[in-house]
Amino acid sequence: MMLEVENLNVHYGAIHALKGVTFHLQEGEIVALIGANGAGKSTTLNTISRLNKPTAGDIRYRGASIVETPPQDIVTKGIVQVPEGRRIFPKMSVVENLEMGAYIFSDRQRIEADIEMVFGKFPRLRERRKQLGGTLSGGEQQMLAIARGLMARPQLLLLDEPSMGLAPIIVEQIFDIIREINQQGTSILLVEQNAQMALSIADRGYVFETGKIVLEGDAGDLLEDPMVKEAYLGGG
Amino acid sequence: MEALRKKIPLTLPQNTVKIIRIIAALLLLALVIVRAIDVAAESQFGADTWLRLSVSGLIIGGMYALIAIGYTLVYGILFMINFAHGEVMMIGTFGGYFVFEAFNAIQVTAADGSQMSFLNANPVIAVFLAFLAGMTIAALSGYFLEKIAYRPLRGAPRLVPLISAIGASIFLQNAGQLLFGPQRRQYINPVVLDRGIGWHVELAGSTVVLTYTGIFSLVLSAILMVGLYVLVQRTKLGRAMRAVAQDKKTAALMGINVDQIISRTFVISGALAGAAGVMWGIHNGLFNYFVGFLPGIKAFTAAVLGGIGNIPGAMLGGMFLGIVESLGPAVLGIDFQLKDVIAFSILILVLIFRPSGILGEALSEEKV
Repeated sequence: MMLEVENLNVHYGAIHALKGVTFHLQEGEIVALIGANGAGKSTTLNTISRLNKPTAGDIRYRGASIVETPPQDIVTKGIVQVPEGRRIFPKMSVVENLEMGAYIFSDRQRIEADIEMVFGKFPRLRERRKQLGGTLSGGEQQMLAIARGLMARPQLLLLDEPSMGLAPIIVEQIFDIIREINQQGTSILLVEQNAQMALSIADRGYVFETGKIVLEGDAGDLLEDPMVKEAYLGGG
Repeated sequence: MEALRKKIPLTLPQNTVKIIRIIAALLLLALVIVRAIDVAAESQFGADTWLRLSVSGLIIGGMYALIAIGYTLVYGILFMINFAHGEVMMIGTFGGYFVFEAFNAIQVTAADGSQMSFLNANPVIAVFLAFLAGMTIAALSGYFLEKIAYRPLRGAPRLVPLISAIGASIFLQNAGQLLFGPQRRQYINPVVLDRGIGWHVELAGSTVVLTYTGIFSLVLSAILMVGLYVLVQRTKLGRAMRAVAQDKKTAALMGINVDQIISRTFVISGALAGAAGVMWGIHNGLFNYFVGFLPGIKAFTAAVLGGIGNIPGAMLGGMFLGIVESLGPAVLGIDFQLKDVIAFSILILVLIFRPSGILGEALSEEKV
């Protein structure tokens, strides 16, 4: 098992943000976490990346617990998060942003090769290589955010709301790329409010509601589920 | 009554405030210019004096700039003013002083058979080691300052680390006084770097001395500033520092150890302040435990003037402040002891008229 999250509890002060979340992800899968705003999906990703400390529960990566591992070592283990809202370094160029993604590596040649590799996936970024991150369009920033994540050579990629604020045509492109990244061997944990889009590329999905998982299953089944249709897919 | 109250605006509209501010700025500027023209008409000072003042302004400005970089680096990363930074410089001054003292006490036999101190026999080594010691001990104090006084307060409201910084400043001053006594000490320079000697420039029938200590300080400040700029722009550590300054959460997601980068920022800031401290001792001679206080606040002024958080701004602000406070009294025809008044008037004026400084951008909500 690649990732096992067991009875995860997180508190922000008095707020009980995650109330015993349990799910897993197999090697090679795309797993979607869907649900409304504030249901605890991003909190789950941030806790895996160890930006939050859980108050109870366990996270195991390839069998070993990582709840006590500091954030920089999580990245070294191959778990890389592409954060919500893209969070590009606004005052760094596209290339510098990519180099930040490869911060855990020091082999210059390998980094150069990886930059070429992501430019191959995102030709738009090559055109804008010298431009500052803050001057890119929303879609380009999302591409850069994913490209930057790939620079760390993830085995498990955590994607937080990659469709947020993007035009439908751009969302299609982004999701095509996510599927391609998965086919090349990277497992993906995908957090999305756009449930339709997320479930269309995912193998399995979990539905979050106010800090708990209320439903889980194969992506195809969830897409047909009357409750999911009602709540997240804009009616039946 | 209710209706009447509604008609009286409680605050002036934004535009009115802006206009009043611009008028006030123009009036002030006009006053300064009129006064300067008045004084210039009397032509009290010759070209030699202007040169002398400019050079001494540049020299002191270089030291301000080095210290100001420390304020700006720390502010850029933690959004706090490290008010104990002047004391870090003071520690550097003592570090260099004790190296010179020790080398002055060691007697060696020179090539021609005469006895002389190690200090004068090997001035290059002595100066190098004095800077190394001053910078190292200042860097270490910066490191521990962060670890003890600021790190436990990470995540606390903004005012809390500020109070801690003022406390640390007072603590370090008093510790300095307890350890080294309140008396003023004098730097013993190697003979080749004696204060007062230097190149002579003839100008307007008078001799201006460009002191070796001053030129040495100025050149070294410039080298250190270029070095820092290269470090921040070109190295992996520099990139990590910029990433942490721009977005701590995302920096952590890149695998950057944020706490470690913050520590290293304090170490670099401390080393630069330590270098300024040793220069201060070599160039000015007299110092005691209180030596860091005024340069510390002046450098803070310089950092604000250049745009706090902006590294080239801190360099520019430091040099600018050094020159203005050196030339200012002569331009305005006031007593030279009033140079501090000029420096702090600039701080107040910048805060009123352009809080973001010369090179600073508009501060985002998060950073205010």
